[in-house]
Amino acid sequence: MFTDVATIIKLASFGGAGICIGLGAIGAAVGEGYTAGMANLSISHKPERSGDIMKNMLVGQAVAESAGIFALVIAIVLIFMDASSTNLLTAAALFGAGICMGFGAIGSGIGSGYPGGEACLGLSRQPSVSNRLMTNMLIGSAVCQTPAIFSMVVSLMLIFKNIGDLPLAPTWAALLGAGISTGVAAIGSGMGGGMTAGASCESIARNPETLGRVTTTMLVGQAVSQTPSIFGLLVSFILMFKTFPESSTLSAAMALLGAGICMGFGGIGPGIGNGMTAQGAVKWVSRNIEAAGELMRTMLVGQAVSQSTAIYAMVISLVLVFVV
Amino acid sequence: MAIEGADIVKAAAFIGAGLAMGFGAIGPGVGEGFAAGKACEAIGKKPEEAGLLTRTMLVGQAVSESTGIYSLVIALLLLFVV
Repeated sequence: MFTDVATIIKLASFGGAGICIGLGAIGAAVGEGYTAGMANLSISHKPERSGDIMKNMLVGQAVAESAGIFALVIAIVLIFMDASSTNLLTAAALFGAGICMGFGAIGSGIGSGYPGGEACLGLSRQPSVSNRLMTNMLIGSAVCQTPAIFSMVVSLMLIFKNIGDLPLAPTWAALLGAGISTGVAAIGSGMGGGMTAGASCESIARNPETLGRVTTTMLVGQAVSQTPSIFGLLVSFILMFKTFPESSTLSAAMALLGAGICMGFGGIGPGIGNGMTAQGAVKWVSRNIEAAGELMRTMLVGQAVSQSTAIYAMVISLVLVFVV
Repeated sequence: MAIEGADIVKAAAFIGAGLAMGFGAIGPGVGEGFAAGKACEAIGKKPEEAGLLTRTMLVGQAVSESTGIYSLVIALLLLFVV
C-alpha cells in the first residue's frame, strides 16, 4: 500500500487530535462532577449559604476545567496546523503530542476537583473562613495543574520541533516515547496533588487556627507528589533532544519506546501514593497540631518509600536509552 | 527494512522490560502511599506511639515493595540476560 507522506502526517495529526481531546475530557469532567456533587451536599446542609457555595463551586470547576482547555487547544492546533513537512517523523511527533496532552489532562482534571468539593463542604461547615478556604483551594488546585502544564509544554515542543533531517528510525520511537512519558506520568501526580489539596481544605474548615501548618504540609506533600511527573518530563526531554544514530533494527526503536512507556506508567502509582500519604498527614495536622512535626517526618519517610518504584522506572528508562 | 529473528527477540525483550517496570510500579506506589497515609493518621491520633507506628509502616511498605522489586528484577533480566 503506497500512501504519500503528507497523507500520513494528516492522519497522525487528526488521530492525535481525537485522542487528545477524547482522553483530555475525562479528567476535567470527573473532577467538576465531584465538585458539583459536594456543592449540592453542602447546600443541603446550609441552604442559606447557597450563593457563596455556588460561587465557590464555579471557581473550583473553572480551575479543573483548565486541564480540559489545554487538551482542546492542543487538539485545535493539531487539526489546523500547516505541517508542510516531507519527513515522516513529523507524523510521529504530532501523534506523540496528542497522546501526551490527552493523558496529561486526566490527572489534573480529577485532582483539581477534590479541593473544589472539599472547599464547598467547608463553606457550609465554617462560613466565617470562606476567604481563607477559597485562597487555599486556589493554591492547591493550581499546583494540581502543573502536571497538565508539563504535558502541554511537551506537546507544544513536539508539535513545533524542528525535525530537520533526523533519521526516521529509531527517532520516531523516541518522539512517541517522549509524549507517553510526560503524559502518562502526569496522571498520578495530578491526582495525588488533588487528594492533598482536598484534605487541606477539609482541615482548614475543621480547625481554621491551624491554617499555617496545614498549608505548609500541603505544599510539601504536593511538591513530593509532583516528582514522578518531573521524572517523566526529564525522560521526555532526553528522548526529544538526544540524537540517536540511524539504525534500521526494530530493537533500537523498541528500546526508546519502552523507555517512554516505562517512565510514563511507572509514574502513576507513586504519584497517587504520595498524594494519599500527604492526605493522611494534612488531615491530622489540623486535628492534632502538636504532632505536626512528627507527621511531617513520617509523611516524608513514607513518601520516600512510595517514590522508590518511580525511581526504579526511571533507572530502567535510562538504561533503555543509554545502555542497551 | 529487514527484520531478523534475533532483532525481533531483542525488540520484544526491550519493550517487555519497559512494560514490566512501568506497569509493575503502579501497584507498589499506590499501596505504599496508602500505608503511609494511614500511618500518618494513626500518628496524629496517638503521637506517643510514633516509633512503633513508623516501624509497622516501614515493614508493611517493604512487603508492598516486593512486587515492584520483582518487576525491576524481571526488567533487568530482560535487558541484560535474555
